[in-house]
Amino acid sequence: MTSQAKRWPAVEARSISKAFGRYRVLRGVDLRIEQGEFLALLGPNGAGKTTFLRILATLSRPSEGRAWINGQPLDGDTRRVRQQIGLVSHQTFLYGDLTAEENLRFYGRLYRVPALEERIAELLQRVGLYERRHDPVRTFSRGMQQRLSIARAVLHDPPVLLLDEPDTGLDQQAARMLRELLSLMGAEQRTILMTTHQLERAREMSTRVAILAGGQIRWDSPTAHLSTAELAEAYMELVERRPTHP
Amino acid sequence: MERWGVSKLAIVLHGLAGAAILVALYMALVFAPTEATMGHVQRIFYWHVATAWVGFFAFFITLVASIAYLRTGRRRWDIVALSSVEIGLAFAVIMTVTGSLWAKPVWNTWWTWEPRLTTVAIMLLIYATYLLLRRVIEDPGRRARFAAVYGIAGFVSVPITFMAIRWWRTIHPVIFKSEGFDLTPAMLAALIVSVLAYSLLYISLLLLRTQLEFLSDEVAELRESLDE
Amino acid sequence: MSSAWQAVWAIVKKDILAELRTKETLSMMLIFVLLAVFIFNFAFDLRVENVREVAPGVMWVAFVFAGVLGLNRSFIQEADKGCLDGLLMTPVERSVIYFGKMLGNLIFMLVVDAISLPVFSVLLNLALVRWDIALIVVLGTLGFAGVGTLFSAMTANTRAREVMLPLLLFPVALPLVLAAVKATAGVLDGAGLREVANWLNLLIGYDVAFLTISYLTFDYVVES
Repeated sequence: MTSQAKRWPAVEARSISKAFGRYRVLRGVDLRIEQGEFLALLGPNGAGKTTFLRILATLSRPSEGRAWINGQPLDGDTRRVRQQIGLVSHQTFLYGDLTAEENLRFYGRLYRVPALEERIAELLQRVGLYERRHDPVRTFSRGMQQRLSIARAVLHDPPVLLLDEPDTGLDQQAARMLRELLSLMGAEQRTILMTTHQLERAREMSTRVAILAGGQIRWDSPTAHLSTAELAEAYMELVERRPTHP
Repeated sequence: MERWGVSKLAIVLHGLAGAAILVALYMALVFAPTEATMGHVQRIFYWHVATAWVGFFAFFITLVASIAYLRTGRRRWDIVALSSVEIGLAFAVIMTVTGSLWAKPVWNTWWTWEPRLTTVAIMLLIYATYLLLRRVIEDPGRRARFAAVYGIAGFVSVPITFMAIRWWRTIHPVIFKSEGFDLTPAMLAALIVSVLAYSLLYISLLLLRTQLEFLSDEVAELRESLDE
Repeated sequence: MSSAWQAVWAIVKKDILAELRTKETLSMMLIFVLLAVFIFNFAFDLRVENVREVAPGVMWVAFVFAGVLGLNRSFIQEADKGCLDGLLMTPVERSVIYFGKMLGNLIFMLVVDAISLPVFSVLLNLALVRWDIALIVVLGTLGFAGVGTLFSAMTANTRAREVMLPLLLFPVALPLVLAAVKATAGVLDGAGLREVANWLNLLIGYDVAFLTISYLTFDYVVES
């Protein structure tokens, strides 16, 4: 487990803006996530949730603004930043022709994970794929692939997990399994930022909910005493008042 | 945004370019002596060589602008690179066509694998592909970056291509000798004037084309803010 | 830096491992090369007298077209499952990713070339399996893989990507192919390596120039 100074916020974003050509998706996002929080980021399609996550994952550069992961600036030594984050997206980042084990081994080598073989075995057990470890990922169902993708994301034990609508395309059972897995991951003192457009799920799983609309964070509340009705009302109001541009 | 194309300085430049072309025309068609063996056909040479040089120079500017774009990320360099490619292509086409027009009566063939001619023809292919590449990429940032990388790679390949073709040609001797006439001082003067005139024309066109692109950007921005 | 090399080899091994599972790309490339020789045979009437003159050209055209096929598949695989993003997210430098992919492409092309040469020798009745031709093949393929990997990373995400790659690549790779053909022809005609030295130097110069450019600009091609 990393021994980062606990005083740094896990994620800090200041005035993050991103424009694709002339289309401005993000218009000054300010967000601060403390260590150990589980933040669900809500927003309609096209709100920029994926874009924001990609920026935090160092896959995309912001047009303006700065951000830090555990105190490491995104515009500094990106290798340090990448060691701190794991990304689970609706794309699995898995090689279909390789087995589950080989996929993890590949990423493990690139992240320079110590005691790799043991770690792979442990994670495969955790996500319930140990018996299928020698099977090519191509043969896995979508739910299984997502579980393996989570294993891949936590392989190097990152303190911050970024999840981009991880339950897309999963059936009930798989989605439930995923939720259990994620709660487990959260319980390990990781900080989680999850984007979703499912209000109920967001409220259930997270410790805090924020709404991204019109390119900015427009609402932010802990979920402790929050009812689904309140959340739905806030969401409707924001999304109705400022529809996002195509 | 700056009004590059219509400032006083620019208008003077456009005027100069126009005048220079007229002077070059005079020099090429009237002032320069008629060449002994080839006759008046040889006068194409002044356009041919001038446009070849300026075309090459235009692609060099694209190289510089491409590097500048990658290092700074500023749209203006992308605009210069794009504009220079378009103008350079036009010059390269003129060069190739005049080359053919010259070759036919003199050597009785439309095309020769003469190294300079061939190299510029290949540059034509490379930079036409440059424009095509820009077409098939939707994201503007990516379009500019990829075009810049290709602009650099394309230009670097040119001297290597030239050497390769020259060596190839010495192994495959072509039926005729190279140009084979000597430049009298008067001809040299006409040539220099032609090159200068076309260079001025290049700068003039570059200013106008980049101005056009800047305006186009501005219009799109205005449109976007109106939509909000 | 040994950790950088470890990453390079990890990427190369992954590509080889994945290919060995299906052998799709390799078999496609091989069949393509053989097809090319057959077509040329009928197009140019490769009788004994003609063969020696045309063989180098035929060989290199076949290699180049098969090479483009391999290059295309290399990055399209990464692009389709978002794997390139997965790679980009690791704490590995972009240039390392470039070298890894480039070496993978190079190895595949060389394997195809190595299998093709004896087959060509048989079909064209020419002794092609010689160390001097092997050297030329390695030098030529190195440059082609070098610049091809860069361009295929670009085109993997564009429209009409299978067509764009050859369009971008062939004019820029022309001097490379020309030099390789000429060197091969010279050597087949009995010249020693010293006599084709200028072509070899051109190959080496091209390789150095374009590997450097690709290494320097790969970052800009994969960032977003």
